[in-house]
Amino acid sequence: MPVSYVHLWLWRSVVLICLVLGVSAVNGESKSDTHHHGNGSSITGIPIVSFKWHHVETPYLIVLWILVAGVAKMVIEANHHVTSVIPESALLICVGFLFGGIIWGADQKQTFSLTPTVFFFYLLPQIILDAGYFMPNKLFFSNLGGILIHAVIGTCWNAASVGLSLWGCHQGGAMGDIDIGLLQYLLFGSLIAAVDPVAVIAVFEEVHVNEVLFIMVFGESLLNDGVTVVLFNVFDAFVSLGGEKINAVEIIKGIISFFVVAFGGSLVGFVFGLLISLLTRCTKNIQIIEAGFIFVLGYLSYLTAEMLSLSAILSIAFCGICCQKYINANMDEKSVITVKYVMKVFANGSETIIFLFLGISAIDKTIWVWNTGFILLTVFFVFVYRCIGVFFLTWIQNKFRLVPLEVMDRIIMSYGGLRGAVAYGLAMMLDENKIKEKNLMIGTTLIVVYFTVILQGITMKPLVTWLKVKRASANEITLIEKVQNKVFDHMLVAIEDISGQIGHNYMRDKWKHFEEKWMSWFLMKPSARKKHDLVFDVFHQLNLKDAMNYVAEGERRGSLEFIRNETAFIDFKKKFADEYSEAMPDITVDMSDSYAAHSSMRDTVPSISLELHDQNTNGLRETEDINTHHLLQQHLYKGRKQHRHKYSRSHFTVNQDENEVQEIFQRTMRTRLESFKSTKMGVAPPKTITKHPKKDQQQKMPNGKSTDNGKYCHCDDDDFEFSGDDGASGYDPSAGSFPMRVTYRPGAGIENPVFMPDLDPMAPMQIPPWLAEAELDSSTVALSQRAQTGLPWTPSNLQRLAPLRISTRSTDSFMMADVPASQRQDEHLPPPPPPPPPSDDDRGHL
Amino acid sequence: MGSSSSRLDRVPGAKDLMEETGFSETNILCLYDRFEVLDREERGYLRLEDFEAIQQLAVNPIGDRIIGAFVFPGRETLDFPSFVRVLAHFRPTDTTWSRSGSQPEPANSRTRKLRFAFSLYDQDGDGKISRAELTEMLQAMLGMQVTDEQLQSIVGRAIQEADLDRDGAISFDEFKKMAASGQTGLKSVSSIMYRTKQQQQQQQYICGEGGTEQVHLKHSCQTLMFIFC
Repeated sequence: MPVSYVHLWLWRSVVLICLVLGVSAVNGESKSDTHHHGNGSSITGIPIVSFKWHHVETPYLIVLWILVAGVAKMVIEANHHVTSVIPESALLICVGFLFGGIIWGADQKQTFSLTPTVFFFYLLPQIILDAGYFMPNKLFFSNLGGILIHAVIGTCWNAASVGLSLWGCHQGGAMGDIDIGLLQYLLFGSLIAAVDPVAVIAVFEEVHVNEVLFIMVFGESLLNDGVTVVLFNVFDAFVSLGGEKINAVEIIKGIISFFVVAFGGSLVGFVFGLLISLLTRCTKNIQIIEAGFIFVLGYLSYLTAEMLSLSAILSIAFCGICCQKYINANMDEKSVITVKYVMKVFANGSETIIFLFLGISAIDKTIWVWNTGFILLTVFFVFVYRCIGVFFLTWIQNKFRLVPLEVMDRIIMSYGGLRGAVAYGLAMMLDENKIKEKNLMIGTTLIVVYFTVILQGITMKPLVTWLKVKRASANEITLIEKVQNKVFDHMLVAIEDISGQIGHNYMRDKWKHFEEKWMSWFLMKPSARKKHDLVFDVFHQLNLKDAMNYVAEGERRGSLEFIRNETAFIDFKKKFADEYSEAMPDITVDMSDSYAAHSSMRDTVPSISLELHDQNTNGLRETEDINTHHLLQQHLYKGRKQHRHKYSRSHFTVNQDENEVQEIFQRTMRTRLESFKSTKMGVAPPKTITKHPKKDQQQKMPNGKSTDNGKYCHCDDDDFEFSGDDGASGYDPSAGSFPMRVTYRPGAGIENPVFMPDLDPMAPMQIPPWLAEAELDSSTVALSQRAQTGLPWTPSNLQRLAPLRISTRSTDSFMMADVPASQRQDEHLPPPPPPPPPSDDDRGHL
Repeated sequence: MGSSSSRLDRVPGAKDLMEETGFSETNILCLYDRFEVLDREERGYLRLEDFEAIQQLAVNPIGDRIIGAFVFPGRETLDFPSFVRVLAHFRPTDTTWSRSGSQPEPANSRTRKLRFAFSLYDQDGDGKISRAELTEMLQAMLGMQVTDEQLQSIVGRAIQEADLDRDGAISFDEFKKMAASGQTGLKSVSSIMYRTKQQQQQQQYICGEGGTEQVHLKHSCQTLMFIFC
């Protein structure tokens, strides 16, 4: 099947090419008089049909080329065995050669080539916006130092060393007779120095190296644009000025302009990012176009920066980085998906066009001024100095990095120094009057681009495999790893406390605090903020999942008709609709909604990859995983470093998640008190422990994150000095039903893992909770209720629909904390659903 | 330098400790200062209460387990060398050390680090993380927001993922494999990449937080970095 498709498409593309050729032939003639279109021929009568080619020529050609690029990409992607060896970008360049050759054969001159205007104004912005929008922020900012070192110092080093070396070789006579001075060499060096984001994304996304390595190369390629543009402008100005007029003042001005351009560009992007966030705050009534604002304003930030002669790339990249969080929260889920996909379409499309045209541009006799010495030396120097620069800079960095970059990583980093269309675009912008050898420089730039993208691109994958570079782990992180990560985090935090160290990411804490307190307040709409609350979030996701399961179950049984047959479900459904319609209107309305939303939550992981399909190939079943992960993610206590920001001695618990802190604090104190009593006052541990669960259960409210603790028994036993003394103490449900937690503190050390003998009474803990609860006293409404409804079901039957109940109930208690617990329980526990057939999934129940 | 070496004299057995744990002079001094801060009654050793006085630990869900790694029944007091020895687990792994297999494994080796983490789970010391132990840990980590069914399903699943020999519990080997296979180490590592000067200054006045007094450290603890991978 695929083969026949390929043939079909090949055939079609041939037809298209012929069409294009015809077009270009016409175009070639009309090129000289570009203003003629539309009013070419004099009117002799009323024509019934007229062929108005010139009327539509420009847009027609553009659209045709886009189509050709798309088709070319499709043909390439259809051949998996080829793309697995040769990266797509290289193949696209080759296709470009082919097209260029055909056009050349027809026209005898270069008709189409990538002009700097088209490239910088219409092709580049969306790629960078995409990169910024999908940037993994945490990773990026935690490696920002290293990235900046490479982007700034590395690029300057490349530019200077390449320029000077070429000049040296020129003086040594290696290049014969060409008219290039030192400044022009430096100018050339500066344009060839920058690693190209487009090429890097294209090659690295296929290699899947580990994320730190990726972000180093990618971040560098993104940020070094500021440096390149400044270097280019400065040297361009120097070339115009001529060597004599350059003095210290000019050089200092150049250095200052670097900072202005880079930071100014970032600032413009930041401002526009805020603007977008603010705008999406108010787009409730125009949801249909709110997705467009991101593109419009993003592009505007690019143009504004360009207008102010600041770094446009930095501007649009930071615009994307800044706004991603807020617009995702502010906009409707559908709009978020729209943005995501449109972004990918634009970025991927223009990437394809760029590579295609890089190939086409090569077939041009005028730019090929061959100078073996110059070209070969350039390629050589570009490669060698990249390696030297990377190794030297990482060597310095490794002195400060906690995790040194390994030699393998450094090799890949140097090897990943791909040059691309930015260099070519800059080369095209050279002024022919000032630089006599412009064509040589363009040609050489192209050679360097081909060398890096094609040769290095092809060899990158084998090299990564051969060097055994740490890859990004393909499979999703497992549940236990997630838990373990958290344990490690907490452990490190605790050790830091003990040893008196302060967390390493102090600045990030500060920022986070500021961000949560002010920026979110300012930029997110209130409803989004509320939704942002983790309980709500999880609640929403769980319900989505339930809805999915519900439908899946129904469809598996043939139809959803069983809903109507069984009153249970009608009741349930009605209540569901009544109670939650305001919270989540789209669930009960129709299923397509939940499918859309569902896909959105699958894609929550930001990916820099330009491809979407690897995110989409995940089957439906994975949502369960993801939901569980999400659940964990949301509920695992944050490591302190994530929310500690007040360092004053007086109040240490002040942070935005006070409940959580209180909760842990209460628990810890109670535990300590227990153990204190047991050791000091001779209270027998078994007694306290067995006594404890009951108390806790009395305290326990179903998912009592509500702030209303006044209604619930405060558990005013004399034992619990900590229970009554502040507002948070009334609810500590975490303590409930798991008495064993009481015992962990006195546990083992490392060298001497002693087991406290009095832990044994905890044996009942091993009983599954649904049994345990039934056995325990039924004084607490919530537990007994659950036990009763729960008991008839075997755990395996619980599997599928259990989350449904759980989430309903938990929501409930969250939303209507005032209603007495018993009443709530009665209302909302759905009657037992028909036991679903044993499902094949492995959700890991007992 | 002269002053620091004279300061080193007040630390008992400093040289041996440095030898044993690989901490540098500054590290030892820094830790000793901290030790003195924690030891509020100047007994020369730390007791459980001293650890419990660290306020941040009280809001750390596994804070008590960590304390348990320092002070556990059977060793109610902790002198400075033991304190340092426990902390030595958190030195960045020395690649040169692990390569030469002849010496006994240093505390900062990967295996020892993992052993430390394992012991946090494995509270009964039987060399296995049982279902109950994992539940307990998760309970501590998750708190109130997850219902028992969810908790049980998470635990069950987690054990299933890691339990290679299907005995219903996670042995240390399985634990190790689990940590090696995934991004576990990587993640906690990448989050603690840089320590800037500024942070070190921050740390200087934080050092006094455990007690009421203010201790300003003259030297920075620059190399005393904790890493777990």
